Amino acid sequence: MNAISATPYISSNKLTLSDPDWVRYASIGITLGIIGLFLVFPLAIVLIEAFAKGWSAYSASLTNPDALSSMRLTLLVALVTVPLTTVFGVSAAWAIARFEFRGKSLLITLIDLPFSVSPVIAGLIYVLIFGAQGWLGLWLSEHDIKIIFAVPGIILATLFVTFPFVARELIPLMQEIGHEEEEAALSLGASGWQTFFKVTLPNIKWALLTGVLLCNARAMGEFGAVSVVSGHIRGLTNTLPLHVEVSYNEYNFVGAFACASLLAALAIVTLVFKTFLEWKQNQDKRLKAKG
Amino acid sequence: MSITVSHINKHFGAFTALDNISLEIPEGELVALLGPSGCGKTTLLRIIAGLEQADDGDVFLKGDKVTDQPVKNRHIGFVFQHYALFRHMTVFDNVAFGLRVKPRKERPSEAEIVKKVHALLELVQLDWLHDRFPDQLSGGQRQRIALARALAVEPSVLLLDEPFGALDASVRKDLRHWIRNLHHELNVTSIFVTHDQEEAMEVASQVVVLNHGRIEQQGSPSDIYDHPANAFVSRFIGQTNIFDLDEHDTDWLQTAGLLTPNQEGKIAHVRPHDIVIEKAKPENNSPATLKDWQHLGGLIRLELVKNDANGSAAPVIAEMPNDQFNQLKLNRGDKVDLRIRQAHWFH
Repeated sequence: MNAISATPYISSNKLTLSDPDWVRYASIGITLGIIGLFLVFPLAIVLIEAFAKGWSAYSASLTNPDALSSMRLTLLVALVTVPLTTVFGVSAAWAIARFEFRGKSLLITLIDLPFSVSPVIAGLIYVLIFGAQGWLGLWLSEHDIKIIFAVPGIILATLFVTFPFVARELIPLMQEIGHEEEEAALSLGASGWQTFFKVTLPNIKWALLTGVLLCNARAMGEFGAVSVVSGHIRGLTNTLPLHVEVSYNEYNFVGAFACASLLAALAIVTLVFKTFLEWKQNQDKRLKAKG
Repeated sequence: MSITVSHINKHFGAFTALDNISLEIPEGELVALLGPSGCGKTTLLRIIAGLEQADDGDVFLKGDKVTDQPVKNRHIGFVFQHYALFRHMTVFDNVAFGLRVKPRKERPSEAEIVKKVHALLELVQLDWLHDRFPDQLSGGQRQRIALARALAVEPSVLLLDEPFGALDASVRKDLRHWIRNLHHELNVTSIFVTHDQEEAMEVASQVVVLNHGRIEQQGSPSDIYDHPANAFVSRFIGQTNIFDLDEHDTDWLQTAGLLTPNQEGKIAHVRPHDIVIEKAKPENNSPATLKDWQHLGGLIRLELVKNDANGSAAPVIAEMPNDQFNQLKLNRGDKVDLRIRQAHWFH
């Protein structure tokens, strides 16, 4: 009796789920077409242009002094901003997930601010504060401190645009986990640091790595904010994305696209790692669900 | 005194969670903090543990003032309602945690840790689960692991926050007995929080009844049941019939044997088992009718309806042993006579 009554239900259920074939093929086709046209094709162009004059031209344009110095600067910026953003992100997520205080929702909104502010504005803010005509300009020049059109400005601008990444990954997770485990650790005699490293960190490690990864990708790839504060001084204040622009403007297409291929490779590596980390996180969750 | 709490106040904004609480708990007792939700019992437990700070007042453990000590220095064991096991550690590592985070000088050797953890897991009868992760265990197993973990550091007091709250009924029953026995075995001064009066009466040697951030009564389970200090305690501990003399006509109460010349209050609380039921004698003009009954294992609970003089129907609950009820051979709708053996009087 059950089997008989169940059969028509299942088949009708299947019917409603299966759209006509042309809908299926059309929607898959459109999606693939758009991705191909706007993502794969431009990426291919980058590689084609980079190797337009052969491997030696490609490697030469990557090893010329200006390109190397832009790579060094980009690495330096990432090396400084990523740890700072990580520390900020962890402490912000800690504060928001652990404590109740007035203005908490405002703080959460403010953390997202760099996402909604145009990067150019972010750069401009620092020019207005630290630039020659800026608020602190006079004082800075009297003390011979250079921020705008120098490395500190680039780091500040990059910090501004990257600082939500880690916090955004951690806040929802830490709110979900709650703080009972940490209280348990404290009640068992663990110190604050022991609790953080043995209990908190293992619970948030995959999300933290994802945040660090995204932050790193943005720090290395940021153009707008950095462009405003850098001053484009060859060999001194050009990061890799700026070097791409400068090369392109000088009709050095191989040079521009060779460096662009590096940034594209960074993006792909980031994507692969991110997928891996998300898979890892889900696997942890599934393991728990099974129990 | 193993645990002393003196003049504790705690506010959350405008809400008074604890209102001048003072409490003394002797060595070796198993105490229940009992009260309805929101009465402040968990807050009090967390203040004793040091997981929460009181606005003012002091906490003493074994005579030492620990008010300003952080939780890690108080040598307490705390068991959380939702277990709070470390999800990324095995059962073994969970129990070993408290030993492994000890400063190097006090930390036992790894071999000693292994021995001790297995001994604790055997104590909670779960050694066979030592390499599992918390999410692979049932609720009852997790709670016992949480207890083993708390006991590993040999706490001077054990604090349990709604330890049975998240478990289903049959597991809860087993675990209650088990905790009682464990307490007899270890004799660690313990406090557990519960909103279930039956649980408090069954497990604890001392019960502290809280309401609205105040202590209503402290005493042994039988003390509290037989001599409730006030109307709240009487209502909260077990079922009770409430007769307000201003609202009920007193004639039938007199017939039932309740009104004595030296009664002290206006409101009588009568336990269901203090009401004796007899088949109505015609000359008594009995006021009560048997509406329905339910089996509660060895007891029968009778639902009676008593018609007041003003025509309104007041429910009365009585309880009696099965066989006694069978002898009465009552049917639904029968008139019955009531006799009240004893009552607690409140103003």
